[in-house]
Amino acid sequence: MTQSGQSVEAPMLELRHLSKIYGVDEAKVFALDDVSLTVRKGEFIAVMGPSGSGKSTAMNILGCLDTPTSGHYLLFGTDVTGLDRDQRALLRRYFLGFIFQGFNLLARTTALENVELPLIYQGIPADERRDRAMEALTKVGLQGRADHRPSELSGGQQQRVAIARAIVTKPGLILADEPTGNLDSARGREIMELLVQLNRDEGLSVLMVTHEPDMADYANRIVTFVDGKIQSDRVRDHHAA
Amino acid sequence: MLLEALRLALSTVFRNKLRSFLTVLGIVIGVASVIAMVTVGQGSTAQVQSDVASLGSNLLMIRPGAPGRGPGGGSNDAAPLTVADMDALVRYIPDITAATPGSAKSQTVVFGEMNHTVQISGTDNAFFGIRGWTLAFGRLFSDGEMRIGTPVCILGTTTSEALIGEGNPVGTTIRVGKISCEVIGLLAKREASTFGQDDNDIVVMPLKAFQRRISGNTNVQSISVTFRDGASAEDVTAQIQTLMRERRRLTGDQNDDFNVFDMKQISSMLTGITGVLTGLLSAVAAISLLVGGIGIMNIMLVSVTERTREIGIRMAVGATEAQVLMQFLVEAIVLSLIGGALGILLGLGLGALGSYALNISFLPDYRIIIASFIFSAFVGVVFGYFPARRAARLDPIEALRHQ
Repeated sequence: MTQSGQSVEAPMLELRHLSKIYGVDEAKVFALDDVSLTVRKGEFIAVMGPSGSGKSTAMNILGCLDTPTSGHYLLFGTDVTGLDRDQRALLRRYFLGFIFQGFNLLARTTALENVELPLIYQGIPADERRDRAMEALTKVGLQGRADHRPSELSGGQQQRVAIARAIVTKPGLILADEPTGNLDSARGREIMELLVQLNRDEGLSVLMVTHEPDMADYANRIVTFVDGKIQSDRVRDHHAA
Repeated sequence: MLLEALRLALSTVFRNKLRSFLTVLGIVIGVASVIAMVTVGQGSTAQVQSDVASLGSNLLMIRPGAPGRGPGGGSNDAAPLTVADMDALVRYIPDITAATPGSAKSQTVVFGEMNHTVQISGTDNAFFGIRGWTLAFGRLFSDGEMRIGTPVCILGTTTSEALIGEGNPVGTTIRVGKISCEVIGLLAKREASTFGQDDNDIVVMPLKAFQRRISGNTNVQSISVTFRDGASAEDVTAQIQTLMRERRRLTGDQNDDFNVFDMKQISSMLTGITGVLTGLLSAVAAISLLVGGIGIMNIMLVSVTERTREIGIRMAVGATEAQVLMQFLVEAIVLSLIGGALGILLGLGLGALGSYALNISFLPDYRIIIASFIFSAFVGVVFGYFPARRAARLDPIEALRHQ
């Protein structure tokens, strides 16, 4: 555990001796092997590691998309390990935002409508939805592209729309899975700068999987997975860089 | 949320118009067939019922030939009926109030350049009362004409219009087969047609004239009798059978060589047949609705597979199973309701066309329209549920990874 003891406040999320096992008996594979991790509010964490190291599995569990085989996952101090699919869907709806490598926007749907999507499931009335989606698009600098469909936007712009969609619900935590993986490095840097800015200005916690050290440098803490275990967990002096 | 699902379903359906149309085509055809069948079926049932009314009440018909043949039973070797039989029926069976002989033969009638093939009936003046005919113009047969068989005739409106044109034909002379015949009357047009034949296409002449000049014998093909109110058809039929057996000298072990039809009974039987036919055809049509439903299920399954990633995205941002299920279910229902609505329009169109072609009244039934609509929605629910459930049960991680 890497607790600095700086606060009595409950951590934003906490993994306690978490394991995820696929297969049975001899074919057992430990995707995650007794992983413990604590994330505080406002952290920007890069999760690194080779493929098959368990980082994606960890992200899926942290994102309440998957459940661990054993151990506990505490989100905002509450154990969410045993929740069913619908309860996890509600956690995602109200507390989590996702950014994917492939953007995952709805095709043939405008940028604004894409950003509105999570608010629809929150049951927000249409007017308020529109205002909040516009606000989120403005934060990512795409207020002028609200009526464009994903196919009419560049990769970088599509990822900005996805970020707007992730932040529109004002979630506590953003989970980003290789957010720059499909972008050239210049575009990738823009996205990272946007995430850093949102982390700094909006107080958003960000957990980002990446295999690019350049991108991981933007984070203030880097957690590295190898063989289902956390190999290293170091806090960077970000502002000196 | 339901409103959102509806809005989403509509935009999805209208985004891909051709595919949506092809998807619902099965439902369209199914609903259209049911509506068309039932509409035409009810039209013909109503027709048969009005035919029953036009036959008049308390009507029995006696024809030579063994029972079991229909009222149009063809030639047979039984002894023919005669005018004497008719007279005897009226004289010895007090329940019988009126009787009329009837013989008919199809002939070509000619007026000027026009010719027309029509059923020529030889009968007497009682025929008009028993069959509920009234005259629009002219007069009935005189006693003298009946007695000596003067070639005079009374026309139905269809025949008159075909030969002479609109207006009063009285006073003209037409040729019937080989004889000239003076037109002395025109029957008032009536709407009913007896079992598909146009009642108004008829030429009526005195029985004796018909026998001498057309059929060439003294036979009577049928005798129609009416009986008094209060007497039962079965009772009068039994009396007629007894009398006729006596007159035809049938001994105890011989079967009847004539038969007595209760026209009402035949009509109600026909109504029944029409109903059964309508039911059967509707059942076949309903099967096509089922096939249409399977078509919807098929396309919805394809749609779920195609939109796996979309489903994954929706789940990632917090859609519950029920919400995903609802989205696809509403889409299936919207599709099938659109199909139902198109089917109703098409069915009513076909029904109107069919009614016009069969010359029956167009009687759309709002109940069957509502039922079709509800059934369409039902098909959507039943066949949309499985694909929708499949969508709802997707694993969001797998769904997001889907290409």
